[in-house]
Amino acid sequence: MSDMNQAMVEKYRSSFLKEVEANVEEGHWVKMCMQCGVCSGSCPLGPHWEHPPQEIFMMIRAGKREDVLSSSSMWMCTSCYNCIARCPRGLPITHIMHGLANYSKRLGLQPKNQPTAKFSQLFWNNLTKTGRVNELKLGLSLYFMNGIGPGIKTALKMQDVGLGMLKTGRLNPLEILGGHSIKDKSGLQKMLKKAFEIEEAKIAEYKG
Amino acid sequence: MSEVIATNQTILVVGGGISGLTAALEAAECGKQVILLEKSPSVGGRVGQLHKYFPKLCVPSCGLEIQYRRLKANKNVRLLTMAEVTQISGDAGNFTVNVKVSPRYVNENCTACGECGKAVSAEFDDEFNYGMKKRKGAYLVSHMAYPQRFVIDPRIVAGDDGAKAKEACKYGAVELDMQEQNLNLNVGAVVWATGWKPYDAAKIQPYGYDRYDNVISNVEFERMLDPFGPTGGKIVRPSDGHAPKNIAFIQCAGSRDQNHLKHCSRICCMATLKQTTYVKDQLGDNCKSTVYYIDIRAIDRIDDFHRKVKEDANVTFVKSKVANITGGENGNVILNGVDTEGYNRYRTEHDLVVLATGMESTVPAGVFPAGININEHNFIELDGDSGIYGAGCSSDALDVNRAAQNATAAALRAIQVVTRVAGQEG
Repeated sequence: MSDMNQAMVEKYRSSFLKEVEANVEEGHWVKMCMQCGVCSGSCPLGPHWEHPPQEIFMMIRAGKREDVLSSSSMWMCTSCYNCIARCPRGLPITHIMHGLANYSKRLGLQPKNQPTAKFSQLFWNNLTKTGRVNELKLGLSLYFMNGIGPGIKTALKMQDVGLGMLKTGRLNPLEILGGHSIKDKSGLQKMLKKAFEIEEAKIAEYKG
Repeated sequence: MSEVIATNQTILVVGGGISGLTAALEAAECGKQVILLEKSPSVGGRVGQLHKYFPKLCVPSCGLEIQYRRLKANKNVRLLTMAEVTQISGDAGNFTVNVKVSPRYVNENCTACGECGKAVSAEFDDEFNYGMKKRKGAYLVSHMAYPQRFVIDPRIVAGDDGAKAKEACKYGAVELDMQEQNLNLNVGAVVWATGWKPYDAAKIQPYGYDRYDNVISNVEFERMLDPFGPTGGKIVRPSDGHAPKNIAFIQCAGSRDQNHLKHCSRICCMATLKQTTYVKDQLGDNCKSTVYYIDIRAIDRIDDFHRKVKEDANVTFVKSKVANITGGENGNVILNGVDTEGYNRYRTEHDLVVLATGMESTVPAGVFPAGININEHNFIELDGDSGIYGAGCSSDALDVNRAAQNATAAALRAIQVVTRVAGQEG
């Protein structure tokens, strides 16, 4: 085969679909989409998506790797499950969207300063530190997510809520000192580290 | 009722719609003995409820009339109306079939003069018109009813209306003490042709068939075109009786959907294309039609029909499965979704919505002997040796043309079974 032929074959090879099937949670469902559009029309946040789910599926099949993985669209999903309930082909669309978001994050392709991505990272860091969610620290880290100034502003705005939670015993101020933890903290962290290594090795070839 | 004679050389055809009629007549005209059962008081089935056939746009009553004439002329077919199969046991060449025959309360003396209908006063939902109209408690199913005999609704038999109907009849045809009968038939082969029913549109929750007056199904739309139908042949909005100006047709309403019917119902694309011609013929430039579809499945010769409809400037096609329908002003409704050609979000108001509802098989559970293969879509799979053959829409979602072909094939398989029996018996 001539070089030009090879180039054309490469151009039309749906390698991105295969990549999605291999690495994205529920990614093997993408090929089942019949482009009816019911998911996009049913999405309550639909108008705010750059590309609605049905278009994302088509873009995956068309090999638009960069456009899909750097899109903010799948980060807009609020897990309302309307799309899954209505999809005539039974695609787990919500899960695919989360899978795509997760995959783009692992490759470092997610849009910069995407709030959902930022929050997810904060939550993950908070959770994996002790094996338990430290709600006080999570709340505070959210307040200061966008810097000191806005953080103080938000904290002042929310102080009544915070005090109310303190009074009713819904928030423990001592959590600031490190907080409660699971029994085998280091065991959990070792396990997560190993899992991370395995996952990284799996996607190494796809990392730009 | 006169005695029904059946042997294991008899073919039983269950269902008197176009498929059952065709199968029964093809077998009978080959000289076989046939018993034809029909659950309702008249044969004709869904075809009798249609305004026009696609793609030729001719009138179904024409073809039905030919079948009725063949039926009347043939001594080999015994027709039993208001009869339902409750159980089949045995094997090919030797089935025992239990049949329940409901009382009609009108005997063969009936001349369909209509005096009993005039005498009674209670009214009920008219099944022939999908409840869009009322009928009397003593009634003829439709003008095309065969046999042309009235029926007394069991709900009036015991009351005053029953007595009035009996009194009004000059021919002694009303028999209020008629009883339900149970028959045991010995037959050689069974052709099952109980057809289809429209998928219950209310189950498609986002489309609000049960919430919005102006969301109707395509079978109801079809009834509107009948000059004797609920609207006297006029296309109107159920909410106010006005002529619509902007109709939406929604395809795959309940078909090709894991939440509803998984199969493609095959007829709905053509039914909608056909119905846009009704709109054009009756309302002309005063009404627009918009067809919302996943893909139009009009193949081979019916593709010409599709192309012709596409040329009509008043018909628009939107490639999109509508996500949901919300209420608007003046009984109008709003269709929400995203199209597939450009991913444009739309929010379009229409004053009448016709759901192209799917075709649901009526093959019953618990009637057939073990080993009869009924697939996940509730259609009977072909098994050459079983002696029980699905015909028409009991075997697959089919249009009238293909249902008749399929029924002929089923008749031939049944003929083979009873011929083999005859050969063995000498």
